[in-house]
Amino acid sequence: MPAVSKGDGMRGLAVFISDIRNCKSKEAEIKRINKELANIRSKFKGDKALDGYSKKKYVCKLLFIFLLGHDIDFGHMEAVNLLSSNRYTEKQIGYLFISVLVNSNSELIRLINNAIKNDLASRNPTFMGLALHCIANVGSREMAEAFAGEIPKILVAGDTMDSVKQSAALCLLRLYRTSPDLVPMGDWTSRVVHLLNDQHLGVVTAATSLITTLAQKNPEEFKTSVSLAVSRLSRIVTSASTDLQDYTYYFVPAPWLSVKLLRLLQCYPPPEDPAVRGRLTECLETILNKAQEPPKSKKVQHSNAKNAVLFEAISLIIHHDSEPNLLVRACNQLGQFLQHRETNLRYLALESMCTLASSEFSHEAVKTHIETVINALKTERDVSVRQRAVDLLYAMCDRSNAQQIVAEMLNYLETADYSIREEIVLKVAILAEKYAVDYTWYVDTILNLIRIAGDYVSEEVWYRVIQIVINRDDVQGYAAKTVFEALQAPACHENLVKVGGYILGEFGNLIAGDPRSSPLIQFNLLHSKFHLCSVPTRALLLSTYIKFVNLFPEIKTTIQDVLRSDSQLKNADVELQQRAVEYLRLSTIASTDILATVLEEMPPFPERESSILAKLKKKKGPSTVTDLEETKKERSADMNGGAEPAPVNASTVSTPSPSADLLGLGTGPPTNAASPPASSGSLLVDVFSEPASAVTQLAPGSQENFASPDLASSELVSEEPAETARGADELTHKFVCKNNGVLFENQLLQIGLKSEFRQNLGRMFIFYGNKTSTQFLTFTPTLICSDDLQSNLNLQTKPVDPTVDGGAQVQQVVNIECISDFTEAPVLNIQFRYGGTFQNVSVKLPITLNKFFQPTEMASQDFFQRWKQLSNPQQEVQNIFKAKHPMDPEITKAKIIGFGSALLEEVDPNPANFVGAGIIHTRTAQIGCLLRLEPNLQAQMYRLTLRTSKETVSQRLCDLLSEQF
Amino acid sequence: MMRFMLLFSRQGKLRLQKWYLAMSDKERKKMVRELMQVVLARKPKMCSFLEWRDLKVVYKRYASLYFCCAIEGQDNELITLELIHRYVELLDKYFGSVCELDIIFNFEKAYFILDEFLMGGDVQDTSKKSVLKAIEQADLLQEEDESPRSVLEEMGLA
Repeated sequence: MPAVSKGDGMRGLAVFISDIRNCKSKEAEIKRINKELANIRSKFKGDKALDGYSKKKYVCKLLFIFLLGHDIDFGHMEAVNLLSSNRYTEKQIGYLFISVLVNSNSELIRLINNAIKNDLASRNPTFMGLALHCIANVGSREMAEAFAGEIPKILVAGDTMDSVKQSAALCLLRLYRTSPDLVPMGDWTSRVVHLLNDQHLGVVTAATSLITTLAQKNPEEFKTSVSLAVSRLSRIVTSASTDLQDYTYYFVPAPWLSVKLLRLLQCYPPPEDPAVRGRLTECLETILNKAQEPPKSKKVQHSNAKNAVLFEAISLIIHHDSEPNLLVRACNQLGQFLQHRETNLRYLALESMCTLASSEFSHEAVKTHIETVINALKTERDVSVRQRAVDLLYAMCDRSNAQQIVAEMLNYLETADYSIREEIVLKVAILAEKYAVDYTWYVDTILNLIRIAGDYVSEEVWYRVIQIVINRDDVQGYAAKTVFEALQAPACHENLVKVGGYILGEFGNLIAGDPRSSPLIQFNLLHSKFHLCSVPTRALLLSTYIKFVNLFPEIKTTIQDVLRSDSQLKNADVELQQRAVEYLRLSTIASTDILATVLEEMPPFPERESSILAKLKKKKGPSTVTDLEETKKERSADMNGGAEPAPVNASTVSTPSPSADLLGLGTGPPTNAASPPASSGSLLVDVFSEPASAVTQLAPGSQENFASPDLASSELVSEEPAETARGADELTHKFVCKNNGVLFENQLLQIGLKSEFRQNLGRMFIFYGNKTSTQFLTFTPTLICSDDLQSNLNLQTKPVDPTVDGGAQVQQVVNIECISDFTEAPVLNIQFRYGGTFQNVSVKLPITLNKFFQPTEMASQDFFQRWKQLSNPQQEVQNIFKAKHPMDPEITKAKIIGFGSALLEEVDPNPANFVGAGIIHTRTAQIGCLLRLEPNLQAQMYRLTLRTSKETVSQRLCDLLSEQF
Repeated sequence: MMRFMLLFSRQGKLRLQKWYLAMSDKERKKMVRELMQVVLARKPKMCSFLEWRDLKVVYKRYASLYFCCAIEGQDNELITLELIHRYVELLDKYFGSVCELDIIFNFEKAYFILDEFLMGGDVQDTSKKSVLKAIEQADLLQEEDESPRSVLEEMGLA
């Protein structure tokens, strides 16, 4: 039997404990315990009244059994009986049992409360202490109801002993935490604050904890504690290490109290009183200075206690966030700790720096430690330290170092502990999005993320990448190409299949011109993954297939075959079966138009808080990600392309309204993203930079009518020079603000135009009228685009009949897609034979950038806010010019509306001015445009100002519009 | 404030548990099991702090015993580490080079000492002298109370 130390009187208990320890097996232990429980139960139930000692002993045995992890369902009454014993030790064991075992059994609580009441009234400090401990240990609401009024009195009574005061303070604190509503505020609060001045440091220590919690909830009421805490702290910090006697811990004066005082001060802003403030700054400086002094002891306890105070001081400095000097010193100090040999200090330094990183004064200083932190990520052997390093990298990330940090995190992810992978994935996803300047980098990063840690990529992450790709035209082609390449891997993660399926379904057409990623290859690639995927992914892929039916009519039958197979149509999963049946039916009965409408490209997602950020917040608690939230606005501004007005996607989803469908746009071949793949080679010029297969003549059978200028000119060489329409530019100007009219006329030929534009697409009907009574032979209209223009504007047309009878009119349809903003106009060249002579006519086609304008209505406030956002000198173009036409406001208004922008009334403070707003839609970008026209009637001048997010657009629109007035 | 303190052996035997926030027995057992597993799996020389659930855990091993405290987000890790040390010093002073067996056989004393030192999850007094004085006073009271008893009675055979 082991040596039993002093004060122990219960040999029976010791014997029992020995027995338990000697048990060879769990079964033996349980047997021994059951025997003891039976024994105790019979004693408690027995006829013979037990004396206090036996009761104490048995209660103590029950307690021991409970602490071994066994349930105890009796003995509570006996324990409560012990409370009213006059013997201290019996009372003590009774209280111990109650505080360990009683949660809140109301029947017992009443009895317990009675015993406590008696002890509190006993004026015996030892008994009072026991009673207070019991209240604090149980801390139930019933106890708060019974004692919350009483304890403050004990706390501030003049004759209460110090030890009782300490217990009363902490007891009250416990009750306040459980039931703040039951603790009445009153006179006692001001007296509690003055306990900060108490001579007894133990009293001050206990009182500071209480005051801190009270001050958090009632800052005004406890405001006076600030100056008291500062002066107390100052006295401690400047004291010699021996002054505080037993409160000095390994040569550190009162470290616990110092930490608590510094915590209390963190409930308040920096003190307003300059004297107090100065004194506090001195304290903090002294603490920082002491960190540089040689240690007074080599014991780890000394340095720990000293650093505990130092870290708390740094927390206060960060909390105040007002003294750049202190912040930078704090950062330097933490920088030293980052390389300390003590793991604990490295851990804390990383943790503390995280909060420092969010201060504007120290953010840059924190960033200087990036290499050390990255090194910690690579070399720390303890996962909890590495986790801190990840947190800090996340906190110090900004535009300047995002690429490096994201790369390092991705790197680390390859070997990271499973426990923290998901969090790292979320962080990488957030940083990549937040700091993406180049969205191809964003797409690469997320795909890497899926490749490295696909299992940890939550839905939020892959949803987000799709949202972003859909909202950013400039990255869609790249995203399609990249997912296509990533899908080539023999074993790719299901999440990649999801992203790939979705993106190819939307934007597969952008890469379909490359024979290596032809529609069929795309489809086969996706379908090769189909059978390995879970049901939700398969469902997604089926949607991709039906999207393909629209995008790539030439593989429609292949897809229909797949949908028709038994494994789809008779799939046991209802969702899959339903999709297969419905999609198959849809592809069979719907016209291409309906298909094109139903399966149109997804409209942009409304901008909202990143779902990933929300997830990280949920995971880490809101406090840890608040710094990001502040910069969220910045991010969403990026997403929207700066000043771009609110998304106008509603019109994209809606089916074209009949009234808008002037020219039967809805009945022709699809002109949107679902353009026929045979002609999509030209669409891909920008993606694969393949030489466009520039075909000139609109010869029968030729699907394409792109003319590269040299080819066109080579044809011209041998023939008569073309008759160029005079004042071609003027003609073009005529069409800037209108869509229909006569483009060209001479004795032989009249060319009329009708056109319609929506978003970045348009269709132009060209009518060729033979004014003579003689046939035109080999009638060949050709569209000529320069190389430059070709990459910005995509024109497609069908050939016309080479014979035009006398007096007849033929019609040619040109489908137009604006890929990116452009300046030049395409040239329409017409060659034909009329009565043996060769005729050659060239005229500019009035396809101008403003045709892709979508008006945007906005309030005055919004207009000027956006106007200000576009204040960059490159974004603004201004022209002052003389009026060429009478300055009629009504005509001016009509012209602005005809130009395509919305005319905003009551926006400009000067009613004579005109302002407009709209968005230029191109395939690669949507460019928000604001314009302002200021007429000066006296001088017969105008001043026109254009602001857009793109310089070339501002310039072009300004040029076009200036010619109109 | 401290949420709870656990003492357990390297073999995963719980020797002392002190909870400063009401919690169901079931939940306590689950937390103990989970946390012991986490802490026991850690290698020596690793950092004494870890994030666990929404809490910070501070632990230190003394011989065969792990002392493990769970504190809240705002609390100071280093001072908690020294709080553990101070408690060990108090036990050591009281028992005279304390060992695990002392805590097993005199578990109630270990609780009393802890109660004098910490209350409701906050430090009541950091002075070694004050805490020990309180305990010694209680012991004195105890000795006055005790009357000699026969061995047979002690063994429960009388």
